[in-house]
Amino acid sequence: MPLWLDLLVRVVAVVAAFLVLPLLVGQAEHKVMAHMQGRLGPMYAGAFHGWAQLVADGVKFVQKEDITPRDADRRVFQLAPVVALFPYLIVLLAIPLGPGGLVAQPLDVGLFFVLAVLGIGVVAVLMSAWASANKYSLLGGLRGAAQLLGYELPLVLAAASVAMAAGTLSLPGIVEAWSPWWLLWQAPAALVFFVSGLAEIRRPPFDMPIADSELVFGYMTEYTGLRFAFFLLAEYVGIIVIAALTTVLFLGGWHGPAAEHLGWLWTLLKVFAVSFVIIWLRVSYPRLREDQLQRLCWLVLVPVALAQLVLTAAVKVAL
Amino acid sequence: MTVADALLLALGAVAVGSGALVVTSTHLVRAGLYLVVSLGAMAGLYLVLGAELVAWVQVLVYVGAVVVLLLFAVMLTRAPIGPSADLDRPAWPALVVGGGVGLGLAALFIDAFRWTIVALPVPGTTERMGAEIFGTWVLPFEVLSILLLSALVGAIVLSRPDIGAPKEGGA
Repeated sequence: MPLWLDLLVRVVAVVAAFLVLPLLVGQAEHKVMAHMQGRLGPMYAGAFHGWAQLVADGVKFVQKEDITPRDADRRVFQLAPVVALFPYLIVLLAIPLGPGGLVAQPLDVGLFFVLAVLGIGVVAVLMSAWASANKYSLLGGLRGAAQLLGYELPLVLAAASVAMAAGTLSLPGIVEAWSPWWLLWQAPAALVFFVSGLAEIRRPPFDMPIADSELVFGYMTEYTGLRFAFFLLAEYVGIIVIAALTTVLFLGGWHGPAAEHLGWLWTLLKVFAVSFVIIWLRVSYPRLREDQLQRLCWLVLVPVALAQLVLTAAVKVAL
Repeated sequence: MTVADALLLALGAVAVGSGALVVTSTHLVRAGLYLVVSLGAMAGLYLVLGAELVAWVQVLVYVGAVVVLLLFAVMLTRAPIGPSADLDRPAWPALVVGGGVGLGLAALFIDAFRWTIVALPVPGTTERMGAEIFGTWVLPFEVLSILLLSALVGAIVLSRPDIGAPKEGGA
């Protein structure tokens, strides 16, 4: 295969994943939440169990008026949704799907790349919050920035533990080195990573920056139409990214029966299982208050992550 | 001119241009956002030069944390939308110092290297970086970690007036 064709196939595959997977997760959220709450959820769009509900939502968002508040900083306001969405698209490039180089862009520093690019999301939060010229937005944005900065630390520490255990920063390399007993050995790190990942994508119970019952919708308050849809899409791609990273780092990625041929299937199954848990948590837990949220981060997650680092190092040296 | 040359020039222009906007823009928050662009372009420069790890460290630390903290502080205190008229900026001394240093360094480098062609080094993989840091440069590395640790302890002591003796702090 010539280079350009290879490149084209990879880029098209990533864009397709970027457009399809969030829709699947979004639809699953509608249905799963509904059934957990004793409802049916969307039933009419597309006739069969409302499968086309999100397509209909997309069409609706496109038709809505795109409003920019009069006092807003127009350029920053309009740029923010794109900045929110873009890092997730880039991150998808580095996530391995199966063995034998089934990854859009194998990177020597894959893990580092992913964490660094995810960190850009906080700039989008601050941009949208400030440029909206709305007190609720600004409050939400400040909460969001404090939350993202705080939770970045346990996220990176937990990821560092796996990198140390595997002896590499390359994501396919980490999956390669993974073995089932890591489920036990790296369990605290997995938990810390998953929880702080949830906080990074501001999903309930960590949705204090959005908090619709007190801050209207936080930094998204002033957004309408397509730009608002961009933020929603960013949230769902965020679920995919966090689920995929948890899968790749802690759940063994493509490992499973007949991994040689069905590796990609195992990865996808695990990603969807983790996504299901993320949706489940939204239905189960009330929103954490701001002080509880910061306490959890600094007094629980960071010490646990540090202890895990010590444990990992000790086992690594002993073996 | 190779692709790498063109990329270096373009990214350099972006970095310098947005850097200039940081100090000339009268929109406070926008200046911070231009700083994001400038630092991002510098990460791009590292990438072109094959220093992948350094590039992503730059993004993680500077774009993801330092500038965000800066913007955060500005928004907590004073962040009007639109231009601020009362910014205290000594333009001439800044121009003399900044321009002087820039031109001086440029002249120095041009004089030192002329038309010497330096081949790109071997890409800085993680393994090589690790071997270098923990092999050749282990002493500076450790000295720096002690410096960082004492800064951390100092920050904790300063932010907690209720503790008498300096507390053991590593996190």
